[in-house]
Amino acid sequence: MLTLSGRVIKKSSTEATQSGLFSLSTNEQLPATLRSQKAFLIKKIGVIPEGFLHYFLLEGFDVNLPSPERTTRLGSEFFYLGNEDVVSLSEDGRIRSIYRSDSNHNSILLTEQCNNYCLMCSQPPKQVDDSWLLKEAFDVIRLIPRNAKVLGFTGGEPTIWGQEFINLLDHSKNWLPNTSLHVLSNGRFFANEDFTYRYSKVEHPDLMVGIPIYSSDPSVHDYVVQAEGAFDETIKGILNLKRFKQKVEIRVVLHKQTYKGLPELAHYIARNLLFVDQVALMGLEHTGFTRANIDSLWIDPIDYKEQLSEAVRILNNYGVQVAVYNHPLCLVNPDIFPSYVKSISDWKNEFAKECKPCTRKNDCGGFFSSGIQNGYSHSIRPFL
Amino acid sequence: MSKFSTLDKYTPTVGKYELLPFRFESLDNDDVVVTNFVGEFVILKREKLNDVVGKKLLPTEETYSLLRSRHFIKEASDSASIELLGLKTRTKFSNLRNFTNLHLFVVSLRCDHSCGYCQVSRQSENKAAFDMTEATADKALEIVFKSPNEAIKIEFQGGEPLLNFEIVKYVVLAAKKKNEVQKRDLQFVITTTLALITDEILDFCKEHKIYLSSSLDGPEDLHNQNRPRPGKDSHARFVEGLKKARDKLGYDSVSALMTTSPASLGKVRDIIDEYLKHDLDGIFLRHLSPYGFAIKTKSYKAYNVDKWLEFYCEGLDYIVELNKQGIRFTEYFASLLLTKMFSANDPGFVDLMNPSGAGISAVVFNYDGDVYASDESRMLREMGDTSFKIGNLHTNTYEEIFTSEALLNALDDSFTMSAPMCTDCAFEPWCGAEPVFHHAIFGDVLGRKPESEFCKRIMGVVKHLLKKMQNDPEAKDIFIRWANKC
Repeated sequence: MLTLSGRVIKKSSTEATQSGLFSLSTNEQLPATLRSQKAFLIKKIGVIPEGFLHYFLLEGFDVNLPSPERTTRLGSEFFYLGNEDVVSLSEDGRIRSIYRSDSNHNSILLTEQCNNYCLMCSQPPKQVDDSWLLKEAFDVIRLIPRNAKVLGFTGGEPTIWGQEFINLLDHSKNWLPNTSLHVLSNGRFFANEDFTYRYSKVEHPDLMVGIPIYSSDPSVHDYVVQAEGAFDETIKGILNLKRFKQKVEIRVVLHKQTYKGLPELAHYIARNLLFVDQVALMGLEHTGFTRANIDSLWIDPIDYKEQLSEAVRILNNYGVQVAVYNHPLCLVNPDIFPSYVKSISDWKNEFAKECKPCTRKNDCGGFFSSGIQNGYSHSIRPFL
Repeated sequence: MSKFSTLDKYTPTVGKYELLPFRFESLDNDDVVVTNFVGEFVILKREKLNDVVGKKLLPTEETYSLLRSRHFIKEASDSASIELLGLKTRTKFSNLRNFTNLHLFVVSLRCDHSCGYCQVSRQSENKAAFDMTEATADKALEIVFKSPNEAIKIEFQGGEPLLNFEIVKYVVLAAKKKNEVQKRDLQFVITTTLALITDEILDFCKEHKIYLSSSLDGPEDLHNQNRPRPGKDSHARFVEGLKKARDKLGYDSVSALMTTSPASLGKVRDIIDEYLKHDLDGIFLRHLSPYGFAIKTKSYKAYNVDKWLEFYCEGLDYIVELNKQGIRFTEYFASLLLTKMFSANDPGFVDLMNPSGAGISAVVFNYDGDVYASDESRMLREMGDTSFKIGNLHTNTYEEIFTSEALLNALDDSFTMSAPMCTDCAFEPWCGAEPVFHHAIFGDVLGRKPESEFCKRIMGVVKHLLKKMQNDPEAKDIFIRWANKC
């Protein structure tokens, strides 16, 4: 697992003048005129080019610093940082990796506030004013390389920002017209037709919103998201999005409260929401609220593999594109392999010790790092 | 105390749910099927249905969940379910907006075959008497392109259309010329026995992407018995024509239809095997139409719907077994019904449409310029009944033809959502109005449903499909696949 945020070892000795966002460079040949906008990342021994806005020095590469007062020292856990990455440095000495150029799993957190309170939330919501996150996102977009393939917006619930969120999409379209955007939302604000209309008028060339539905039974869905009436709003939101021809992905997290109803949910999607662009069936991540609710959530994936197969079969028969995410290969039936996707974000993907001799690790989605730490299926069997 | 609430906080109060409109029909002593008006269904025990209606169903029961998510019951706060029902209803009837797609051109009544079940064909060398002329074809094309439908299909019918291939060529070229401006999605089909196919004809078909729809009634002896022609070689000519046509036009450009005759009964497996043998990927196990000779002869009486259902169900079961053995083979009549049972889409098959597809979905231009509401309508006329003649190309305008009393009354009077007994029938969402059949048998477009062989046939097939799904999950999977083929 990669450490995406943490404390720096030592910030520059001068006052906290240099904080905020930095776009990193490892290019010693960078033309002087560009250096004043970039931070140079020192991750090898050699001559340090002059004239950069700031310097980040990775532990273990001690060199003579050209300007110690503009240098931040980082621990070796930030080894993965590279050219064109974007980091945020706070006045109190915290660093966050915001964008990594060599990854297709970049998501920008827009808020920690949410109007759902899901039992298994991996990013537990907070009732705080965090509008600085949204404000920062506008700046981040300008720093992201314009050849970026894909970018996610996540929360919390990104749509709580209303028009400001739509403005951010427009801003992304202006600065990153060739970058696919994927928004994670609970879909409830899209029940407002006017909001959805304005969202559609951004006319982004490649924008998809991923919306969770946990059950075709409104009571079960409302229970999982801990919000009465959420199911009704989410469904209306999806209908509005499709009315305005927007791309929608339905996301289902599988756990003890959702697996039994999964085939009926597949049927519900096929009968009522056949026009969605894809359905993602996802394994549980052992982090955030999941750890507090583990007894009511945990089920060994091997114990729901029949329901998983049946749901995939129903959706396939209706021609709905379906993808199974976050499941070790040895815990699913082979009949779902055509829909099986290796998808866990690179920075939190690992294998268990049982997997060591397995010959199919290259085909396997593996585990969330949190699962390796906090407990996983006892049914893991290496393919030999 | 936990900051999370338990499931029961979100579970509705007992007995507060409302019933959405639904109908039911018993399958046997214990089981009933309930359907809503967009064709979704649930099979319940009879006592359970009593609980549902008596509002005794507990929100913690599986049946409650199922009926709520399939839109049979709702809680006061469920407004999305009403929106979804509306959406599915609009989808179900969305074909109506497009109006006529299929235009049949009867280019000649002459035929080299003399099939017992066909009333319309003529054994004649007299081209002038039974062939469509260019002048009539011109008038027909004017009507075709007045259809508001983006997709236009022109199907050449007979007799044997290849006996008047000159007019086929004429229509194809003239239609394509008009289409340079019209830009419709234009398709051509020739219905032919393939007995008279030649390389020249196939070249023309290839150049203009014309599909061929042919006939195969079963094994050689049955086929030749059903379809006599000079030389008694109908089957051999079909086989040769099929190969030639596939080589030239491609596998998907040629299909085959079977007609069930009294001689077919008891031979359904042989018929299906014959289709497999010729590498066809499905079969339409059709009922014998009551038109032509059949209706007033002993052969129709002998051929009652029970016998046909026996034939059909045996065939369907056999096809399901084939699928379980890994052979992808579809029964198309089931697949039409299943599409309506498992989706909001209407496959647009004339017999199973409501309002009736007659005139709306398909229209027939006879060789002599008369316009009929359906293929069956022109067969009725050969029996002396012109009730469904809706105009003539030489004397009527588009508006006159499609607003003729003959058409509008038939559509209106047979509409199943208001037809007596249809309104109460649980299978109404999957069924069709069929005014022409009921008129042929009963003399009016409604008919008497308890005596209707049409009702009996549809109900028999639907119940067989439902029971099969209930008892065999693998069959259900196969059926859902078929449902999404149309």
